[in-house]
Order: sequence, then structure tokens, then C-alpha cells
Amino acid sequence: MAKLLIHGGRVIDPSQDLDEALDLLIEDGRVTRLDGAIKRPKDAETFDAAGLVVAPGLIDMHVHLREPGQEYKETVRTGTLAAAAGGFTAVACMANTDPVNDSRSVTEHILLEAQRHGYARVYPIGAISKGLLGEELAEIGEMVRAGARAVSDDGKPVMNAELMRRALLYAQHFDIPVIQHAEDLTLTGSGVMHEGVWSTKLGLPGIPGASEDVMVARDLILAEDTAGRYHVAHLSTARSLDMVRRAKSQKINVTCEVAPHHLILTDEEVAKSGFSTNTKMKPPLRSEKDRAALLNGLADGAVDCIASDHAPHHADEKDVQFSVAPFGIVGLETTLSLCLDRLVRPGILSLPRLVHLLSTGPARVLGVPGGTLKEGSPADVTVFHPDEEVTLSKTSFRSKGKNTPFDGWKLHGHPVATFLEGRRTLVS
Amino acid sequence: MTPETPIRWQRKDLLGIAELSPAEIELILDTAESFSEIGDRPIKKVPTLRGKTVLNLFFEASTRTRSSFEIAEKRLSADNINFSTSGSALEKGETLVDTALNLQAMAPDLVVIRHAHPGVPHMLAKRIKAGVINAGDGAHEHPTQALLDAFTIRRHKGTLAGLKVAILGDIEHSRVVRSNIHLLNKMGARLTIGGPRTLMPVEMEAMGVEVAYTLEDAIRDADVIMMLRVQLERQGRMAFPSVKEYFQLFGLTTARLAAAKDDVIIMHPGPMNRGTEIASEVADGPYSVILEQVTHGVSVRMAVLYLLSGVHEETV
Repeated sequence: MAKLLIHGGRVIDPSQDLDEALDLLIEDGRVTRLDGAIKRPKDAETFDAAGLVVAPGLIDMHVHLREPGQEYKETVRTGTLAAAAGGFTAVACMANTDPVNDSRSVTEHILLEAQRHGYARVYPIGAISKGLLGEELAEIGEMVRAGARAVSDDGKPVMNAELMRRALLYAQHFDIPVIQHAEDLTLTGSGVMHEGVWSTKLGLPGIPGASEDVMVARDLILAEDTAGRYHVAHLSTARSLDMVRRAKSQKINVTCEVAPHHLILTDEEVAKSGFSTNTKMKPPLRSEKDRAALLNGLADGAVDCIASDHAPHHADEKDVQFSVAPFGIVGLETTLSLCLDRLVRPGILSLPRLVHLLSTGPARVLGVPGGTLKEGSPADVTVFHPDEEVTLSKTSFRSKGKNTPFDGWKLHGHPVATFLEGRRTLVS
Repeated sequence: MTPETPIRWQRKDLLGIAELSPAEIELILDTAESFSEIGDRPIKKVPTLRGKTVLNLFFEASTRTRSSFEIAEKRLSADNINFSTSGSALEKGETLVDTALNLQAMAPDLVVIRHAHPGVPHMLAKRIKAGVINAGDGAHEHPTQALLDAFTIRRHKGTLAGLKVAILGDIEHSRVVRSNIHLLNKMGARLTIGGPRTLMPVEMEAMGVEVAYTLEDAIRDADVIMMLRVQLERQGRMAFPSVKEYFQLFGLTTARLAAAKDDVIIMHPGPMNRGTEIASEVADGPYSVILEQVTHGVSVRMAVLYLLSGVHEETV
């Protein structure tokens, strides 16, 4: 029986309201003891976590693994390697692959690849609509039976209100969330960045905040009527967050995630970077007012989790003029350091709150195991240094995608070791 | 600037007005003054840029700006080569970066570029050694247009400081207005921007201008009125119901000119839509300086080519 003792660390487990110096004993892939000064069993390996934080494995509930179909951008293997390198033990991957994950066979293929490589748990997210066309429901039940944990047409919104209503009703049979990429495409038009003072100055077509807000408003009405589980992906505006906060107080079944880049950068970055295509994503980098509102939402509980929207693209695809570049940046290998340096270090979030947003929160939204170090739970553990300085370098990414605006950033805090069922997946 | 400390041109590229200092703008305008008489000579050519190679890359249709640059280049004796999208490698799937690297391999001294997408000249400037002149990037900037507008205003009003300038029309799609706002603000003019609300970008006031939503409010007491072309080809977003209605609301007619100052000048960057944003009676009337703008465009572009070519440094 394989045993591992992680000792001397600061254990933070939001699921048990724990934040203290404890040792963690792992036997056969499960947490068997969590206690002060556990005596090392003779046959146990040890990991010295002195000066480090020991947390339940981080879960990124919004990534694009690109497989099947776009293996030149990312594969299940490289994407989960990147996850492990970033301190994540589980990821939920979006359905906009080629073919679309709108059937049992694609879901099974993704899971098979994940098992074959074994760097992180993979929770496939099935499509809401067949082919992501927004016309008719995909075989959600079949995909759930194969292992899908949520549905989403991410990359595209469900524009048709009736289809959204039916998805919110039907998904309740399987107790899974319906994840919306909230965007009204008629308001987005040809927009490529946030509509605001910087789009005005740069002459780039804008994506108004209203593009997200009208969709969130519509969906909240549908969620109220259907009692369905509604989750807003990559929420980016102050007004959408206000609506979600209000809906929660009215007991509407809604959750939301925000992405690190929306918490750290604003639309001004497009100008400051000289039209860098690594500042182009959907939703776009918003205004300072929006950013400030999202930070408040992290602290007061309106936001349920932080998710990276890891969106790898090939360098050639991004090395084009801003207007035609694809939307999206990678995030698996930057998220933890960015959050530690930009959210915890300045005192916006406590460490336990950050661990909640990156682990316990997404586990609850998806209804998956993890997000806890309770005795008996799977030994998915992330060990990180809370404030040691590192320099982010895209050349050392395990992800195939190098499209990040954070290359070269000096940040305090970084992952040190990632354990999946007690087995080490990141050796730093 | 005092004569004891003459400013020297230091930039490799002219990408926009936003990054220029007032002294740099003055330097270009003063240099343009010294070139302007060449156009009046019987032999309109000087050897200043002999042996220099200029590439004109026009990825978007242009008649006036391209011809103006070509004439400016020829008057300075530069060798110039024109590329346009039609038949170029871009239509065969080559990326802009590869096009740029291939052009760089031909070792030009200057590249003049017009492109439908904002930021393309900036992207090019980072990749190639040649100086890059932005001849219009989407709705972002068109620096030589703003410079020739300033040159024209200066010729008529002596100075830009303190003038009231009204710019009207399709603000959303206009690179001319953005470059003019930067330039006129830096030189101390007061600006009012006018046009239909559906063609007014958000937070326009943050660029340091007043915004008016009627033609009369915009041009009241104006020293200069600049009319912008309604970019009919870009009106995919239901901005106004018809050309007829646009003209009723924002078309400049002689009768409506009464609100402006008596010695107002009327400008237009061209091409004009007669009967859409401007009546022929105004375009061809006594206040119009529209064709002078075109003439001065050549002098201003000669000045820019000269300063960016570095020959003024080589001869020191």
C-alpha cells in the first residue's frame, strides 16, 4: 500500500474551514489522516512542506483542450500536463472541439485520452446543442452517462431563448449545470475589444458590456422560471455581476466564474501593448470599473470560482493583425501565480478564500469530488509557495499554447508540487 | 522653440499623431512650408531623396492619399514601388508578417502603408528596419491627413491656437477625426465633434472634445468646419435610415453656415458625397478650401518623407 506523508505545511482546506499547521497522510490514493505531527509510518515516503501551503487540488472548470480535431493547438495530454504544472488536479473541458463534443463517443474519447496520460482529472463538458448550432438539444443524457459533468456551447452563446429554456429544464434530469457563454451576437457585431474609451481612441470596433448583460438578464429570468442550474462562464461586467448577486439573494439557482485576466488587466492593455493579439479574448478585457466590481465580487461571495478559460492557439494564428486574430489566451500555467501576486498579496483576498475560489468553489459548481482534504477523500493535493518570486516564461509552458499577455511577469507565489490520488504529477 | 535649440527629428516611424509632441508637429509643418514652393516650379523635382527606395503598400482602396504620396516621392527623386492588394501575395494566403519580411528583404528605406485594420502599421514597424508611415489604419489614425489639415488651417488663420474647430459626420468610422483631435488638442485649438448619435463612439469626451448632436450646435462660432465623409460602405449597423434623412439632419448647406463665423473655412478630407454630408454650393463655394488641402497634402508628405529618411542627419 503506497503511503505518503506531507508534513510541516500550512494546510488550507475551505471545505472544513481549516487553516493551520498540519500533516497529511495519504494511503492508496486517499487522504487517511489530517492531524498535527503525524508520526511517519515506516513504509511512507515523505514530502517536506515547510514554508509551503498544502491545499485541496485546484480545479479549473473552464479550459479548452482542443482534442479531438485541433491537436496542433493542444491535446488532452499537453493540456493536462499544463494543468499539473499550474497546480491543477482537475479540469473541465469545453465542447467546441472538431467534431464537437455533442455525443457519447466524443466524450468517451476525451476521457480515454485523459486516463491514458493521467496528469489530471478531466471532466468533459458536453454541448448544449448539436454541433453547437443552437438549434436542437444534443444527447445530453448519453453524454452524462459517458462522464460529462455539465453542458455548454461555450465559444458561442445559446442565442435562441427557447432552446436555453429547454436546456435549463432538461439538464435537471441529470443534475448538471448549464453553462452559458453570455453574449448577444447582434450587439457584439464585428467587435474585437471592449467598447469604451480605448476602443474609441484606437478605432477598433467595440463589444459593449451590454452584449453580456442582456444575455445574463434573459437567462436569469429563464433560470427563475425553470429552477434550472445556471452558470455564467467568464463573467466580465459590473452589471452582470450585480444581476447575479441579486438573483442569488432571490434564491435563483445561479453561479458564476471569473477569469484571472479580467481581474488583472483592462481594455487599456490593448493600447499599452501596441495592439498585441494576446490582449484579445472573449469576453474582452473590460473597463477599470468592471475590474473593480469583479474584485469586490470575489471577496463578498458573489463570484463562485476563478476559471482560466485556457484557450491555446498556435503562434501563427495569433501573429496576425489584431482584428483578424482568434480570441483567447492560455491560463493553466499562469493562474495560480497571478492570483497569489495580484489578489492575495495586496490583501484583496485571503489565502483560504483564494483556495476556495480555485478548488472548493468549482468542485461544488460542477458537483464533482475534490475541493477537500477530508479524511477518506481522493488525495488530490496542491502544494504551493505563497510568496516566493518567479518569472513567468512562456517558453517553459507545458501547454502547446504560448499565447499569454503575462510572459516575463515577475510574480510572488507559485505551485511547487501537484498530487493526483497521491501520485506526483508536477515535480518542480 | 527658440532658434538656439532646433528640434531634430528622432523617430523611425510616423504611426500616429497621438505620440507626437507639439514641437514635432511644428517641425513637420515648417518643413512642409519650405517644400511647398517646389510645386510651383516649372521643373517640380529636387534631388533630396535620390537613391532612397520607398514602398507604397495600399491594402485598401485609395486614390488621393496614394497619388499624393507618389507625387511627393517623385518630387524628392526617391525610387518608389507600389503594391496594392489586387494580385498581391496576400490574396494567395500569405500572412501580413511574411509580406513584411519579404519586403524588408528588398531593403527599402521607407514604407508607406494603408490598411483597413487598426494597428497594422504598428505591427509592421516592430518587424522591419525601414521607417513606416501610416497612411491610414482602419478608424484609428491618418497622421498625414491631420498634418495637411493643420497646414491648411495655418495658411488661412496664421495659427491653430485658440481656434474653434468643428468636425462633423461619421465619427465612428473616421481615422481623420481621431488624428485631428490629437493634433488640434496638442496645438491649442478648441474642438467640437458633431454627428448622429448612432455614429458617435462612446466616451468621446474623454478624448478632450465637446460633443454636439445637431449641426447648428456643432458649428456655432466655428473658425473651421471639417466635414467627414459618410462611409456608406460601412453602415452595416443601422446607423441612419436614409441618405435623404442624413442630409436633412447633418448636411452642410449655405443657409446653415450662418451659425459659423463670417470668415469660416470649410474643409473635407475627401472623397466627398455631395448631397449626403455637404451640398455642392458649399463644397464649391467661397469658404471652401477643400482643393487647397489636396495641394498641401503633397508638401506635407514631402516633409514627412524627408524627415523620416534621415537625410537631414546624413548631410549635417
